[in-house]
Amino acid sequence: MSAAIRLEKVSVRYRIPRERIGSLKEYAIRRLKRRLFFDEFEALREVDFEVGPGEGVGVIGRNGAGKSTLLRLVARVMLPSAGRVVVVGRTAPLLELGLGFHGELTGRENIMLHGTLLGFSRAEMRSRTPRIVEWAELEEFIDAPVRTYSTGMAARLAFSVATDVDPDILLDETLDGLVEMFKEWYKNALNKGVNVFTDLTRDNPQTFQGLYSEVGNHLLQRKDAPMRHRKHAHA
Amino acid sequence: MSTPEFLARPGVPFYDSAERRSRSLAEARALWQYRGLVHELVVRDIKVRYKRSVLGIAWTMLAPLLNMVALTLVFSSILKQQITNYPVFFMSGAIFWAFFAQTTTSAASQTQESNELAKRIYVPRSVFVAAAVGVGLVNLVLSIVPLVLILLVTGFPIHATWSFLPVAVLIEALFAAGVGFFLFTLASRFSDVREMYQVIVQTWFFLTPIVYHPAIVPPKFRFALWLNPLYYLVQTFRKPVYDGVLPSPALIGASLALSVVVFLSGWIYFANRADRFAYEG
Repeated sequence: MSAAIRLEKVSVRYRIPRERIGSLKEYAIRRLKRRLFFDEFEALREVDFEVGPGEGVGVIGRNGAGKSTLLRLVARVMLPSAGRVVVVGRTAPLLELGLGFHGELTGRENIMLHGTLLGFSRAEMRSRTPRIVEWAELEEFIDAPVRTYSTGMAARLAFSVATDVDPDILLDETLDGLVEMFKEWYKNALNKGVNVFTDLTRDNPQTFQGLYSEVGNHLLQRKDAPMRHRKHAHA
Repeated sequence: MSTPEFLARPGVPFYDSAERRSRSLAEARALWQYRGLVHELVVRDIKVRYKRSVLGIAWTMLAPLLNMVALTLVFSSILKQQITNYPVFFMSGAIFWAFFAQTTTSAASQTQESNELAKRIYVPRSVFVAAAVGVGLVNLVLSIVPLVLILLVTGFPIHATWSFLPVAVLIEALFAAGVGFFLFTLASRFSDVREMYQVIVQTWFFLTPIVYHPAIVPPKFRFALWLNPLYYLVQTFRKPVYDGVLPSPALIGASLALSVVVFLSGWIYFANRADRFAYEG
């Protein structure tokens, strides 16, 4: 497994309009009058780091320090405003369980939908389905609509799909309660050489530090609170 | 392992945000890679729409039939329009229109779901427009059934020129996809695009000879037809069904050229804006 992540001088600047302009009509009028103002918000500035194959990294930092933005860059959900992001390997978000699940569709159909959403071909998902179904212990219900499932059954199905995906890099915004639940799972993944890159969040980073030195090998601390720039920009 | 190039390995997905390839080509490759998702989205849409309804898939066929009955009454009995076998004339136009209107409206409405998904994981957003076109095509094929029904009932011949229909549909699909990409891109930035487009579609419907014959348009208003790309497209679609002749090479050429231009410009506009979607969410 040779997955790795590399960020070179990465900056992300969000442009926040002073007033919310949601309609095309309003936008056109303001543009004509040259009255479009934005605040620039720098979530990340010239961040450099590298994650080698098989390393686990947890990012900690204050609210608004740019942890989620960092994850979104690696997940290629967004492009950096400046700099370069290189990711080698298939990334998968572990906790986006059941993303795209639809109650009217059967379990089998939802497996196909969720799998193709992660970039797998239909043929590949068809061959993975029996294993997923078996693992979720849903053989009898797999052709019933998911809306008829209990919460537990739906969760088992979602989790079973997620674990069958075999990503090279796991990305997560970890919620407090779930860290404990997935601890073993993270450890297994790391042992297999899967990169784990998590946003170890919110209020109390200390509680995660112990856990993470157990689970991951790195903690990336984001201390610098982002700068708020006031700029008047014409679009 | 200091240079990213060094990290690239065959068979392992490789992503470099700084890659300066053409955005349009990159998106096209991504769409091809995610074609399975397009398929699943189309299946989901069709299944979900009909799964819990009594009439199920028959709805797709019933709606144009009812429309046809109403419009036939209005146009042949009340307005005394001189069109032989008006039901067939109307149905062939209505099928054409339903595909265009449905596909483009749906493309303009996809932005919410696509934002939800694309905020969390990487998905090439063109899959949502492609899925809208796919759903439209399935519905179009289904609505051929009531058309054939009408033909059988009225004793209208099914011409050999029907075999040209796939080409006409392909031309229309290109055009609808192009418009769809423009709408999708605009709608992801502005929330009023969808409502605006509803009004435009309504007006466009009456400006296009769907319910009336182009021959009844007075000469001084003919230019409105010539400026309307859907005029050429509907003629291309209708001639093999209703008139039983192939569209002239000039007509096919004009339709095809229009569709290709609209499709490519829509695609390029969309692909070059796609990077900004995450910031505009």
